[in-house]
Amino acid sequence: MSNTPKTVYEEIRGQGYSRRDFLKFCGAMAALLGLGTSGVSQIARALETKRRIPVIWMHFQECTGCTESFIRSSHPLIADIVFDNVSLDYTETLMAPSGHQAEKSFHEILEKHRGEYLLMVEGSIPTRLEGYCTIGGISALGKLQTAAEGAKAVISWGNCASTGGIAAASPNPTGATPVHKLIRGVPIIHVPGCPPIAAVMTGVVVHILTFDRIPQLDALRRPKAFYSTRVHDTCYRRPNYDAGLFVESFDDDNARKGYCLYKMGCKGPDTYNACGVIRWNNGVSFPIQSGHPCIGCSEANFWDNDPFYTHLIGFKGFGIEKTADRIGLWLGLATAAGIGAHMVSTNIQKRREIRLGKAEDKS
Amino acid sequence: MAQRIIVDPVTRIEGHLRIEAEINNGIIVDAFSSGTMVRGLEIILKDRDPRDAWAFTERVCGVCTTVHALSSVRSVENALGIVIPQNAELVRNLMFAAQFIQDHVIHFYHLHALDWVDVVSALNADPEATSELAQSLSNWPKSSRGYFSDLQNRLKKFVDSGQLGIFANGYWGHQAYKLPAEVNLIGVAHYLEALEWQKEIIKIHTIFGGKNPHPNYLVGGVPCSFNLDNSNALNAERLALVGKLLNDAKTFINQVYIPDLMAIASFYKDWGSIGSGVPNYLVFGDLPANGIEDVDAFKFPRGIILDRNLSEVLPLDASDPEQIREQIAHSYYDYTSGESRHPWEGETNLNYTGPEPPYESLNVHEKYSWLKTPRWKGKAMEVGPLARMLVGYASGRDEFVEQVDRALAELQVPVDALFSTLGRTAARGLETVLVAGWAQEFYEALLSNIKSGDQRTFNNEFWEPESWPSHATGVGLSEAPRGALSHWIVIRDGRIENYQMVVPSTWNASPRDMTGQLSAYEAALIGTPVADPDLPLEILRTIHSFDPCIACAVHLYDEHGSHVHQVNTF
Repeated sequence: MSNTPKTVYEEIRGQGYSRRDFLKFCGAMAALLGLGTSGVSQIARALETKRRIPVIWMHFQECTGCTESFIRSSHPLIADIVFDNVSLDYTETLMAPSGHQAEKSFHEILEKHRGEYLLMVEGSIPTRLEGYCTIGGISALGKLQTAAEGAKAVISWGNCASTGGIAAASPNPTGATPVHKLIRGVPIIHVPGCPPIAAVMTGVVVHILTFDRIPQLDALRRPKAFYSTRVHDTCYRRPNYDAGLFVESFDDDNARKGYCLYKMGCKGPDTYNACGVIRWNNGVSFPIQSGHPCIGCSEANFWDNDPFYTHLIGFKGFGIEKTADRIGLWLGLATAAGIGAHMVSTNIQKRREIRLGKAEDKS
Repeated sequence: MAQRIIVDPVTRIEGHLRIEAEINNGIIVDAFSSGTMVRGLEIILKDRDPRDAWAFTERVCGVCTTVHALSSVRSVENALGIVIPQNAELVRNLMFAAQFIQDHVIHFYHLHALDWVDVVSALNADPEATSELAQSLSNWPKSSRGYFSDLQNRLKKFVDSGQLGIFANGYWGHQAYKLPAEVNLIGVAHYLEALEWQKEIIKIHTIFGGKNPHPNYLVGGVPCSFNLDNSNALNAERLALVGKLLNDAKTFINQVYIPDLMAIASFYKDWGSIGSGVPNYLVFGDLPANGIEDVDAFKFPRGIILDRNLSEVLPLDASDPEQIREQIAHSYYDYTSGESRHPWEGETNLNYTGPEPPYESLNVHEKYSWLKTPRWKGKAMEVGPLARMLVGYASGRDEFVEQVDRALAELQVPVDALFSTLGRTAARGLETVLVAGWAQEFYEALLSNIKSGDQRTFNNEFWEPESWPSHATGVGLSEAPRGALSHWIVIRDGRIENYQMVVPSTWNASPRDMTGQLSAYEAALIGTPVADPDLPLEILRTIHSFDPCIACAVHLYDEHGSHVHQVNTF
């Protein structure tokens, strides 16, 4: 057996795809990453010459929802990339071997690819007691530390790995803790969401493959490409908000016209994610489009920002919820300007919080 | 001499599961199943808004996403007496069906198939013969000689690359693999096709619930609205997409999944007498066709079968405090009093008394799992696809009888072969056929409702907490892909006072009870042959036949608990 790893391009060609297919894929990824036309050739060059990166995917206090989202990756070529072109050497959900044989795979990567492999983590790590999560008799913390030591970079998938997630929701019975609070000395990328959007997950991986470096991150370690705008700002129902047109009850006449869900508790104004742009499952829809308010699932500690059907009270100074309650259809136009000013200011306020790291998890 | 095998982590499942098994003369004589992870979600749910509970409980599992959300909204509606509109019921049924179909196909190809299909053997297949075989089994168009030849080349190149990814260290070449190379090649082809296809059917969740995994649910109905004259609600275009996805699913099931299942099963008929486990089966029933209260109209009938007696289906009353009770004799929990509790009086007090990690083996004589042990009238019960097919069959429902009898005849095996590892895996496929058929009925019913002018999807009568009684209890029963699921809620003054979940894998994977009765996983492993203790492929076959929703691993020990083998594989 040859041990020379192939480039992504060679792999793709080997699978019967044409160079045209390959370039089409590069174009799609460039658009997704917001790189413009010059990015296409850059991606193409990179994928033609880069070797496959070994990947360890660890599961701790999780629901496997991030893995499930990852395999929903919509473009067929993307599915092939993550299946064949990143070398997914350890993932408990899909790997053929169990037990000793699985651990053998784990240790082979640690030894053979030290400093080269990507560590992807799904789930939080319990710190109150090691017995709260063990794999092969070893604690989650022990496994994480071993795997992180030789990793080139770490990707914390979803809210559990990047902020503690649901297990860390009050009263956090197991002391669930995100990855970055437990390891040091290795770059960590946060890809929040419950789960993150499939296209965002593969987008981050392709960025690393393509440019051989991690994408630009904000102060919360999130890739700017996907987490720099609020769901509210990219929501196609935003004009209804600006015009003061709100759903008052689920499935009322306003809901059937697609009015704004703000008064139903929508957390879109306080949530940074790409749902409004990329949407879910190959662009089919996103929560608001299907009539449910955003629950803010990509924000740290969103589980404790409940109840979900009560509208936001986090906006200081402007009393937006009061304003929204007061606005009837007939008042909409008169107050639209005021709301617009308010939104600009809350946006700035939120950005300041992010810069200062205030919006980070409290665990 | 008895040997102890430990499998930890058990892979190709959801979650963290560990199996310890004792082997004598190549046969398993005792087994212990342990869940090795806890999050304490029931504790986290206390004092929250009952209308939010679905979102929390949905995150119990991202593989069978939606099933906990459905049970949760049903428990709240049951507590508050909320009746949902007919359209909401139909939409929920369609989401249920999409979940079932996707989950069962993923299980068959991506979690279970590698126990039966030898990927490396597929390299030796003759593409011409593979094509002939495929065309004799099904009308599925991707079956030409060129297709299989290209696929085989792709596989060869993959192996030659030296980076085997998820296939590294598999059990390839194990003597328990019996498929001809051509069937293995078909298996590999459909493994890849199913991976592409699964992301399509699930778009039904995205249309109605906005995303998948973890689509949105709503107490009192569903969050989406219909409006045939507006693109901001569900209209003809969206409904057409649902219809197309259902049609495609039916084609995939009938032309790929079922032919593969029957072809593979025909080479493993000996597994029709292995892995039988506990003789009792429990089904809550689901897919209401006339409201949640009309149990007789459920597509999956409710009932109990005891001692494999298919001539009698016993009734089940979940609310009777004497019927369903959870024990903790071997679970890392404490009760303030008593040894077993009905879920409405249930408690979740974490108390880990297991070995301190890193550990070699569990103290199986004491507490050894994070799963509680549920019992029905004190009896261990199996839940899941096999239980559902058996209760349907024993109830004399035509559709069930037809499916089961045809499969038995095709494989030329007796009814007793149902009570086995093979029976469990086959039942999952057969019920997928039924669900795909029912989904089209629900879809037609939804269209005709909308056509008649009924667009309602939500009942807001008891939405506001002010309209609730100060104290209410509810239960949400459902059938998840892996079996009978129940959520139990106690509401006081508008908040959750207690919330308990008894999930399918709790029934099946739980540790033994206080009288020493084994639960389904442990019982099913007893009698399973293990040809090579270094490569316990057979353990995975039986455990995977349940489609576990937890994660585990296997190690080998001698009877004094020290490692005797380091496993080496291809």
